[in-house]
Amino acid sequence: MTAAATRRPGTPAGRPGRFETLRLDGVSRSFGGHEALADLDLTIRRGEFIALLGPSGCGKSTALNCLAGLLPLTRGSIWQDEARLDVLPPERRGFGMVFQNYALFPHLSVRRNIAFGLQMRKVPRAELRRRVDEALRLVHLQEQAGKLPGQLSGGQQQRVAIARAVVLEPSLVLMDEPLSNLDAKLRLEMRTEIRRLHQSLGLTTVYVTHDQEEALSLADRLVVLRAGRVQQIGPPEQLHAEPANWHVADFMGYRNLLPLTAGPRRGAGIVVEIEGHELVGTPVGDPAPGSAVMAAVRPEDLIIGPGLPATVEVVEYQGREVAVEARTAGGIALSLLSADRPAVGDRIAVTVEPRRLLVFPS
Amino acid sequence: MSARPALRHRLAERGVDRQLLLLLPAALFVVTLFIYPFLYGVGLSFQPTRGGMLGAYREFFTDAYLRDTILTTLRLSLPAALLNVLASVPIAYRMRGRFRGKRLVTTLLVVPITLGTVLTAQGLLNFLGPTGWFNRTLLSAGLVDAPVRLTNNFWGVFFSLVITGFPFAFLLVLSYLSGIDPSLERAAATLGAGRWQRFRRITLPLLAPGLATTFCLTFVLAFSVFPSAVLVGDPSGTTRVMSIAAYDAAYVRYDYPLASAVAVLMGLVELLVIAAVLGWRALLYTGTTAGGKG
Repeated sequence: MTAAATRRPGTPAGRPGRFETLRLDGVSRSFGGHEALADLDLTIRRGEFIALLGPSGCGKSTALNCLAGLLPLTRGSIWQDEARLDVLPPERRGFGMVFQNYALFPHLSVRRNIAFGLQMRKVPRAELRRRVDEALRLVHLQEQAGKLPGQLSGGQQQRVAIARAVVLEPSLVLMDEPLSNLDAKLRLEMRTEIRRLHQSLGLTTVYVTHDQEEALSLADRLVVLRAGRVQQIGPPEQLHAEPANWHVADFMGYRNLLPLTAGPRRGAGIVVEIEGHELVGTPVGDPAPGSAVMAAVRPEDLIIGPGLPATVEVVEYQGREVAVEARTAGGIALSLLSADRPAVGDRIAVTVEPRRLLVFPS
Repeated sequence: MSARPALRHRLAERGVDRQLLLLLPAALFVVTLFIYPFLYGVGLSFQPTRGGMLGAYREFFTDAYLRDTILTTLRLSLPAALLNVLASVPIAYRMRGRFRGKRLVTTLLVVPITLGTVLTAQGLLNFLGPTGWFNRTLLSAGLVDAPVRLTNNFWGVFFSLVITGFPFAFLLVLSYLSGIDPSLERAAATLGAGRWQRFRRITLPLLAPGLATTFCLTFVLAFSVFPSAVLVGDPSGTTRVMSIAAYDAAYVRYDYPLASAVAVLMGLVELLVIAAVLGWRALLYTGTTAGGKG
């Protein structure tokens, strides 16, 4: 009997088909009345690297599990080109997934962990061997092929998990905070490694993280989630420079978020008053004069110069520059970076360029 | 000259913890209450009234009525233990996750532990006996002409062993199963494994050592069956198990050496079965059941 004849009907054979677009249409998921993910609309194009970014509990892992088929949707649908996907069980979707704790099979060797998915697809022995060898070489684990996962370091386990997912040449790779268990140095290395694999293998990747730096450096497009709802979707540059609301700004490194009252417009700018000092900012999302607003500015954009007086409270050495925490007379805390090193207790004054001060409705 | 390190440090270097000495009184207790009577019994079995040192053993193996108790006991305890373990697996597998009413179902499954053998036997007689509800239902429905004999024979004891042994097996299997990282099966699913493949290739291999241990424990429970073999069995015939033979020898014939010999043989047979199962277990993967760093 040939291999083809013994293959059960309905089992995906060999390589799953590639898609042009993957469309999430109003994808929602509730847990006991609490909406963990609400109305996620997203179209993923082939070859894209998408990062789902948000604080813990924002629904990003829920979204990933819904995509993988590990969680049924409460509402909405998922379409792979013209085929509906959300009705299929995970084993029929042909996606690869890298779990936060790696989820390596502890009783199988590295080689057999990587071979597992190929065996499930009934790939012929010779091809299976070739593809596993190739995957081992890709993640530099040829030496460790015969070891059990328990004998590997965290970084090596991580690479096995990635190899096991990509050896199937899946149409989509899902990664659930894959670097969160690694130390800082290894995390940087693996970050580069993941981007390199994504490019060299032509993968389409959806990557979940709570680390904005990781998301900005890896992704072609970011999806920022908060409390189960999409806040903004866009390329890293756009999110970095033009956050859509102050929650996104908060996530994008605008550490100074000052609750103020909007003043009158001045040209394209808007005036906000802070302890008797006028600052001009850039309005985002049309804050009405007189309404409560949130003014956002990054530490690196707050400059020491004539303006708002404050007292230095904490000085942290950070290599090329120092991070300064200062407090105004009215008790507002400010974070800024400075090339000079002020002393604790020094009186300084800070100011900001109008285009660097974003004023959002709060 | 450096002083000799303190005794505690010298002991610690050899891996000896001085606080272990606190175990001595308990050890003495075990020696007087368990090891001494055990050795006394072994000694007694080699001092029969006739036939030399091995007389009691020779009598056991020449008398078919005694010898056959080994097979009778194994015929009851091996299938009962096997059934308990095998039935626990699918039930525990279904009950791993969280669902409404889980506590109630678990309680119902575990309640027989608290009943004790005598109450179980009473229930079996009431329910499955010749005039029990089961037979009355069958008779009145016209399905049988005469009552089906399910008590006071092999089946009565077998049911009793399953009812009392299942909760142990179930609780053990459930705890072994919940020790297996659920993300492993999820990972297997994303790699294309269907329900059966996930169970067979991931869960079962990780569970197998636990099943071996569970089998040993339920087997030992079933092997020393005495009350149910008398109460719902046929103690002079098909369910004449080794413990009954020992009881007979000791308290009916007052032949203590023979009774001791039966007891020693019971222990040996149990040891053989357990050694075989644990030998098989040693061939399996017995490491961690976690999928990586937590």
